[in-house]
Amino acid sequence: MNWEIEIVLFICLLIAAFVSLYVKNLLTAVITLSVFSFFSALIYVAMGAIDVGFTEAVVGAGITGVLLIIAIYRTNRRSSD
Amino acid sequence: MKIVNYLIMIIFSALMIYASLSLPDRGDAYAVLNKEKSLAQTQNAASYYIHNAKKDAETENMVTVILADYRGYDTLGEETVILTAGLICFLLLRIEKNKNGKKKR
Amino acid sequence: MERKKDNPIVSLVSRTVSPFIMLFALYVIFHGHYSPGGGFQGGTMLAAAFILIRLSLGMETSQLQFKSSWATPLGSAGVLIYFGTGLVALLFGGNFLDYGFIPFTGTVAENRSIGILCIEIGVAIAVMAIMVSIYDDLLKGSPDD
Repeated sequence: MNWEIEIVLFICLLIAAFVSLYVKNLLTAVITLSVFSFFSALIYVAMGAIDVGFTEAVVGAGITGVLLIIAIYRTNRRSSD
Repeated sequence: MKIVNYLIMIIFSALMIYASLSLPDRGDAYAVLNKEKSLAQTQNAASYYIHNAKKDAETENMVTVILADYRGYDTLGEETVILTAGLICFLLLRIEKNKNGKKKR
Repeated sequence: MERKKDNPIVSLVSRTVSPFIMLFALYVIFHGHYSPGGGFQGGTMLAAAFILIRLSLGMETSQLQFKSSWATPLGSAGVLIYFGTGLVALLFGGNFLDYGFIPFTGTVAENRSIGILCIEIGVAIAVMAIMVSIYDDLLKGSPDD
């Protein structure tokens, strides 16, 4: 039925997670983390939990990105390791 | 050292996949949680909510009824947690300067 | 955060989009009885609309819209609305947070429905104020300068 959509979304989720782990530029990492949140919201919606997906999209892809970007501008832009 | 990290990661994910194989399918009507009666022949909470949520509070959305009405204390606690987090950020981070350039809290 | 020159495209687009985000947030809050959504989601979207203005137009201009000093009293007021709804139910003879006893209108079920609406408004106000407050604190309080 809709397991093909879920598998595609899961693969995109894994790619976003690995990119945000291994990228050097922290700003790119934050944007990729927002992408990760958005894909997990899509997975929640595909599984039928629309309320949880709504909360994840609003909080994870909206507010958390802004707060993390401010934290990066307060400190260093490049990752040290 | 990196090999050990990857080994631990692979072992852990294999363990999680093995554990997830014995979970019931999503939306399985014959799983224990989704039945009308529990193992002790009492009514399950989920089936009670599905049958009575519209009757108790004239609200179509069952999630709202559960969050705000049946589990009102939980939402009150969550509210208090958010307020406390904001107040702690206020106390720790906000440093304003006086007119003569001195820092004050 | 030091800002470069004001970009007219960014300021125009953010000023145009922000009221629509607010309108959709109010729809999410007040239509939470019938569709997915509710106080937390709607409050966070309201906060996102305020933060968009703060990001694009700067701190001084956005103080005209929402002062930083309003945030903490509004957050406390939201929690007090929630708590007061429960307390009114206690005064009219029910248990704490038992909305059926508040005499809004008519039957017990309708009372419960309007009680849910009241506490969702409280949740939305508190979450909105606290999110904007956290943003202001992170931006303002730098330990160095």
